[in-house]
Amino acid sequence: MDTPTRPQPEPEFPTSPTPAAGATRTSLSIAIAGSGGSGVMTAGTLLLDAAARAGLYGLMVRTSGPQIRGGEAAALLRLGHEPMESLDDRFDLLLAIDWLNVHRFADEIPLHPQGLVIGGADGEQVPPVFLSSGARAVSLPLKKMAKAVPGSWINMLALGITGALAGLPVDALEAALRSGWKRSEAALEANLQALRSGMQAAAEIGGFPQLCGSSAQVRPGTGRWQISGNEAAGFGAVRGGVRFVAAYPITPATEMLEWMAPALAQIGGTLIQAEDELASINMIIGASYGGVPSLTATSGPGLALMTESIGLAVAAEVPIVIVDVMRGGPSTGIPAKSEQSDLSYAVSGLLGDAPRLVLAPSSIADCLATTAWAVELAEALQAPAIVLSDQFMGQSRAIIDRPSAEPTAPHRLTAAAHTPDYKRYRDTPSGVSPMAIPGTPGVEYTADGLEHAESALPSSQAHDHRLQLDKRERKLMRHSYGSRWADVEGDASLAVITFGSSSGPVREAIGRAARQGVRVRLIVLRLLAPLQPDVVEQALAGVQQVMVIEQNHGKQLLRYLRGMLDLPGRPSGFNRPGPLPLRPAELCEAIVAWSTKHMPQPQLCEETT
Amino acid sequence: MNQTKDTTEPQNQAASASAAQPGTSRATPTLNVPPTLEAFMAQALAMENEAVDRYTDFADAMETHNNPEVAAMFRTMAGYEAKHAQQIMQEMGWTQAPAVALGSMAWTGFDAPEAAPSDAVHYLMRPWHALQLALAAEQRAEAFFGALADAATSDVVRKAALELQAEEAEHVVLVQAWLSKVPRPDNDWASDPDPPRYNE
Amino acid sequence: MNDRAPVAVLSAANYKSATKPIWCPGCGDFTVLGSVTRAMAILQRPPHEVAVVSGIGCSSRIPAYTTCYGFHGVHGRSLAAATGLKAARPELTVLVASGDGDGYSIGGNHFLHACRRNIDLTYIVMDNHVYGMTKGQASPTTEPDWDNKLSPGGSGVRAFHPLVIALASGANFVARAFAGDQNGTADIIAQAVRHPGFSFIEILSPCVTFRPEQREWKDKVHPATVLPTNDPARAARRIMTDDGFNIGVLYAGDRAPYHAGPKPARRTVAELEQEFAV
Repeated sequence: MDTPTRPQPEPEFPTSPTPAAGATRTSLSIAIAGSGGSGVMTAGTLLLDAAARAGLYGLMVRTSGPQIRGGEAAALLRLGHEPMESLDDRFDLLLAIDWLNVHRFADEIPLHPQGLVIGGADGEQVPPVFLSSGARAVSLPLKKMAKAVPGSWINMLALGITGALAGLPVDALEAALRSGWKRSEAALEANLQALRSGMQAAAEIGGFPQLCGSSAQVRPGTGRWQISGNEAAGFGAVRGGVRFVAAYPITPATEMLEWMAPALAQIGGTLIQAEDELASINMIIGASYGGVPSLTATSGPGLALMTESIGLAVAAEVPIVIVDVMRGGPSTGIPAKSEQSDLSYAVSGLLGDAPRLVLAPSSIADCLATTAWAVELAEALQAPAIVLSDQFMGQSRAIIDRPSAEPTAPHRLTAAAHTPDYKRYRDTPSGVSPMAIPGTPGVEYTADGLEHAESALPSSQAHDHRLQLDKRERKLMRHSYGSRWADVEGDASLAVITFGSSSGPVREAIGRAARQGVRVRLIVLRLLAPLQPDVVEQALAGVQQVMVIEQNHGKQLLRYLRGMLDLPGRPSGFNRPGPLPLRPAELCEAIVAWSTKHMPQPQLCEETT
Repeated sequence: MNQTKDTTEPQNQAASASAAQPGTSRATPTLNVPPTLEAFMAQALAMENEAVDRYTDFADAMETHNNPEVAAMFRTMAGYEAKHAQQIMQEMGWTQAPAVALGSMAWTGFDAPEAAPSDAVHYLMRPWHALQLALAAEQRAEAFFGALADAATSDVVRKAALELQAEEAEHVVLVQAWLSKVPRPDNDWASDPDPPRYNE
Repeated sequence: MNDRAPVAVLSAANYKSATKPIWCPGCGDFTVLGSVTRAMAILQRPPHEVAVVSGIGCSSRIPAYTTCYGFHGVHGRSLAAATGLKAARPELTVLVASGDGDGYSIGGNHFLHACRRNIDLTYIVMDNHVYGMTKGQASPTTEPDWDNKLSPGGSGVRAFHPLVIALASGANFVARAFAGDQNGTADIIAQAVRHPGFSFIEILSPCVTFRPEQREWKDKVHPATVLPTNDPARAARRIMTDDGFNIGVLYAGDRAPYHAGPKPARRTVAELEQEFAV
């Protein structure tokens, strides 16, 4: 599958302040907040749905307090004409159904100076932190307006207001509300009325930028999907051929498993809720030893519990896929927030010399393709593959173009019945040796985590250990991974390297830097292990300096790359741990400063589109 | 179980469940009437203190779940119960609540009559529900002291029980008056369009 | 009359911290916290001599809601951490708190061995037959046909029976309690702490958010009709044939508890050298 050249979103706030109100924009950022029963998440999901129906793209991130129900919550959306892979620096609109504890989200909802804050007419004050940006407050008596439409929910009012301000057509909003409505007709009517009432109220608020142009054209030949990263990964696994899953609930991976449970049942697969992660990993190894492509999904704490057994899959050459939806670490950490801090563990955290595949999807859409690719590689190379997703992608929803890739059949090299002189771990040029599947006569063997001879019998001999170590390393290093190993964009002597969800804000930052005449090559790594030095070298041809950008405290990617490769110049990094997402503006600033430091002469400012 | 149906969600009958006395489906032994005034007042004090603890727990939970109106009501109720407890301490000249041995309590059921059942709350409950809980609690307390008065074997205990019964009757009237000023919630008070959240 | 200042009597309030629990209103764990603080008041052990060790889950949040020393560890390993603490510091009173998921699923193995070891701990498991914190999956004590997203149609797997396992594995005190019975549960906890060896209390604690039907439990629970026994076989028979709502101490045994704590030193480190000297 070729990665299409990705269109870059227009930079929003280059150096000058926002165009005057009433002007058009290519993306809008809207936050809806509230607590206890106000239905904020539902409103956000419907707004995203309506945007999709109007031909737009969008991204929705959710955040909430620690309570199971009734807690403060906010839906953070970015809508626009191109696929959104990053939140913007600031929000244009914050609508709060109520303000209880919403100030806790202040760091996550920075407002634009020309932004708008709605809410507070029902007696609650807008927390000062939201007004300190210069955003203006508009008082709307939301509770009174909601009461005026008996039987309606207040969040439908919020949907109407935000939808109208974003310029969404009424039929898109109504269609979103109607589709999937499970309650009574009367309640639907009441809520449609509330929606319209909200739209009317919005019409009276002037000076809010509109998304430019009419609805964008849906690209011919593609449909659109509304999907979360967790769902995409689950679907990618199934498309890649996974038919057995064993897993244990853990935030933020559980939704992937809850999607897969009924899906697998419907297509003839199986999902078992295991008693813990040690059971999960061993169950999938067992199933895969039996010939069925298998997968588990977890987060950092669970992945750590699987350590020894992932090594077993390496040693016994059993293909498995482990999706790690990364969250704030270490230990229990920050379960509901994103971070890219399991990288070091994934690439080097196993005991002994244990080569394994590590992949990282770079967007919600890419969760599907990369998980499917992980299955393909694991099966082909008879090795474990760790897929580093994260909470930001996993639990956010986006409108994406329907992925073009079709389901693939996993190809595992298996032994034919009665193969003469069959040796499970026979050394081969590629390093991959045919795997006998239980039920096949004449090629029976015992898989072992103990080091073994080619015959699979345990061995402590130096020759056997050396041979098997070489074989397991060679099979990964010699494989031809094609162009999917990374997305390499642009030509310049400075290169930014990143992975995972950081690629969204990084790409946007690079676009903005380009407007300031700073040209930078972007390398988004998708295959983090193995790293093939000659392939990376090719991607870095002509590059004199690299900057590594990542969302963790320990500069894990920078240290890893420096350890594995000879990087040109004096490699540097920009890193910040979770829980807050990286933002394009701070990255653009860092890139421009870095570029200024390194470029001997200023680049000529070319006309940018 | 007698339930007033003020909601369409069968599982959200938190407020109406308060009308049932918890644990009364168990075989109810005959009332264990305290023999002395001291013992009796110690139990009455224990009752008030349980109510204080219960209302305080409710208030904290409501506050954490962004229901400040109801949180404030429960705090007020906790305050009233604390005042009653203080009155008993003063009357008896106690500086500390005397211990009441488990198994010697005169009441049946898990909770003291004046404590609302611990599962009778809901994060979306309205002030009206809170007052219904309080009303039921005061009514139970009134009935309890009346039953004790009937079963009392000593005159001084009977007199004390009757006095306390009369006080609880006043509280009932107060709560009813409060209740009359509070709007009845709509049928969909418990509906929350959002699903529960992942946290850990 | 002596001149000592009277020792202040600790009340339940002295054991409750100012941190407000995040549990849903109506959660059974509120009254369990009340029972724990009341039990501590019955025992009169000062908070600084008590440690509450927990794992991960709604129930495991309890340590910070007490004024005792607390340890909020990783998922399923509370008994291991508590065993280490008690073995190193046997003079402390160590309470372990967990839920049915943390304690019986990922913690299952440690549960078996803590009972075997019979070290002097009191283990309370707040059982609500569900994984609450991760939003409603089946736990080992969930009915096999309870429909949920992760096991549509139910897990199809027989529910775990923790009391039998505890008894068979060697626990010295086995009891069942009900969260709604605050004073009764406090009494059982106090007895459990006083009883030597590993004391296990399964506390039925309804989850109003994911298992609202558990409000019925208060009508189903009933006091155990017989006195606690020290005969494991008799206790096993009772536990295996009761209706699951039998409240009380079901077994209080005489099994020798694990000797926690180091034995008195008989040699110095320097003296150990003699083994190597030529």
